[in-house]
Amino acid sequence: MALLKVDHMTHFFGGLKAVNDYNLEIEPGQVRGLIGPNGAGKTTIFNLITGIYKPTEGEITLEDQQIVGLQPHQIASMGLARTFQNLRLWRHMTVLEHVKLARYSKIQYGLIGAFFGTAERHREEDENERIALDLLEMVGIPQHANQVVTNLPYGAQRRVEMARALAIEPKILFLDEPTAGMNPEELEQMMQIVRQVHEELGMAIFLIEHRMRVVMELCEVIQTLVFGKVIAEGGPEEIRNNPAVIEAYLGQEVVT
Amino acid sequence: MAVTSETLTTNRDRLSLLRTKITEPFVLVPVLGWFFGALVAVLLEQLIGLPLARALGTPRIPALFGIVIALQKPALIPSAFLYDLLIYVLPIALVAKLSASPVNWLAARLFNFRSWVSVLLHILLLYIILHIWSDINDYRLLVVRLILVAIIWTLSLNVINGYMGEFSCSHPGFIALGAYGASVFTVGLFVNDNILGAAILPESMARFMFPIGLILGGAIASLGAIIVAIPSFKTRGDYLAIISLAFMFMVKSLLENLEVVGGARGLGGQPDLATLPTVFIWTILGIWIMNNFVRSTLGKALNAVRDGEIAADAMTVNTRRTKFTAFLFGAFWAGVAGGLFAHVIRYVNPSMFGIQMLAENLAMVYFGGLNSVQGSIVGAVSINLLGEALRPLEIYKWLVIPLLLIIVMIRRPTGLISFTTFDFTTLIKPKQKPTGEV
Repeated sequence: MALLKVDHMTHFFGGLKAVNDYNLEIEPGQVRGLIGPNGAGKTTIFNLITGIYKPTEGEITLEDQQIVGLQPHQIASMGLARTFQNLRLWRHMTVLEHVKLARYSKIQYGLIGAFFGTAERHREEDENERIALDLLEMVGIPQHANQVVTNLPYGAQRRVEMARALAIEPKILFLDEPTAGMNPEELEQMMQIVRQVHEELGMAIFLIEHRMRVVMELCEVIQTLVFGKVIAEGGPEEIRNNPAVIEAYLGQEVVT
Repeated sequence: MAVTSETLTTNRDRLSLLRTKITEPFVLVPVLGWFFGALVAVLLEQLIGLPLARALGTPRIPALFGIVIALQKPALIPSAFLYDLLIYVLPIALVAKLSASPVNWLAARLFNFRSWVSVLLHILLLYIILHIWSDINDYRLLVVRLILVAIIWTLSLNVINGYMGEFSCSHPGFIALGAYGASVFTVGLFVNDNILGAAILPESMARFMFPIGLILGGAIASLGAIIVAIPSFKTRGDYLAIISLAFMFMVKSLLENLEVVGGARGLGGQPDLATLPTVFIWTILGIWIMNNFVRSTLGKALNAVRDGEIAADAMTVNTRRTKFTAFLFGAFWAGVAGGLFAHVIRYVNPSMFGIQMLAENLAMVYFGGLNSVQGSIVGAVSINLLGEALRPLEIYKWLVIPLLLIIVMIRRPTGLISFTTFDFTTLIKPKQKPTGEV
């Protein structure tokens, strides 16, 4: 049974067909990649699946449950977490607060607990804080826990996003260009984190990436998207040698 | 050029040196020590305030630290200054400094015993200080109660405008709903009134029913807030500001035309229920609950909605529920503050809840600091005190205070104390010598 299934999804922005008859099946624990030139519609596909846009046509099911039309927070609570291409961190909040807030849907104490600071609330907040600190440890930034995110270097901000997404305890993690703008060292660390998430937590991962090395090393199956349409799908070797992909995307790299 | 910048730096250095020189002896004074100092000062004023004031040439005890006297009769500035020095500054400084080490020991004992006992004792001490200070004359009592009420509504506006970052202008509307709701409850039940008819219950019961009236006022304000909360799901920023402004005018014209509650003539004769202890308890309760809320994960969700709604949504935060809660919660406390306000003034009319009140409200929030409980307290206290103390300037008061606000906004765009977490338990901890220093 596929964990996430997208069936014949099409989306229009006005008259523009941004996504054309897109299909996807992600198995539990699988790592998949989505590549394509700028403006191909990769992030649009992320936004459609995570509920920020509603697809014009098509069906999306997460564990056999229809999720088209649900609010993004509902889809996220069902176990679909994501990071953003241009970091979307909350600029006045600390790193720890970021990660703790992603536990929002797990909170049981309700408004009464929030208003009167009940014992139940303190227990849950402490528990969430412990989980958050563990996650920060995992992504390697426990020392920044109490800093405001805007003071952190770029690479660390990316890791905050990662930890925040993991705090949802997702079944599947969407990463939108997790290594964009990183230097080689940060890139190496980020790949290590992605591998760790996959191996230790057994999470399925779907990632958009521009760096071929990252995609080829991490992904089991890769889709190539051009002008909203998938032109090739297969393992890293297959994609690397596919003439259509080379023409559309990798052309220059092969020449040099 | 080089010379000027150099003198500037030395001047600044001198200034910071002066500041450390003044604050340095008091670094180890715990909050309890300051409270003891203040207690001594207010007791001293109670005992020798009047003779001292007469001896210095002022007819009465200066009500608000002599600022009013100084503005009315500039010749008395030295006397007012001397009075403040002798009654407040010197006793507080001396007691705080001299008692620092025994009080630290006491604070530590209390704190280690049960931190909540220590918190309650501090609050009790604060109340005693306020009580003695406001005992001097009725004017002080009125000012203190109005300030305490203002703290509630400033903080409740901060929940919406600061913590959630929506520019809401509807607060006078919420305050009005609360004021009228609570007034109708008390006047209707306990007072023989021309409009609302004869008393139904004996007035002796009023004191015990007053909390119900206040909560009722808050609930009515919350109901009204639904009208602003629902558009907030889809609109933000300027558009929501306009909607909330429209709400404020809606409430105002509704009350002007509602003859049942007195229409434009207003509603008076509220029983004298908002005494200092009542107002004080509600203020402490309001601060406690609002601070609890903004520090919980459900409250932090307000910050996430402010700083990035899409990310908040993607991180499982139910943004609609969050906005709805924030508006209704803020409006509830505005309503409670309105109920207290109506019973402090003991008269309300619709024109009180207009643009002027909105401007004062916003000034308190933005002057004090966004996203901060301390900021709201500082803002409410300072703007109110300034407003009262500068009364002799008459209309020019509204030149001076806004100018001050502009200066603060230039120096600190988010207010005096912004983006902080308020933790009373940490605040009252005994002070210890920093380790590793000689």
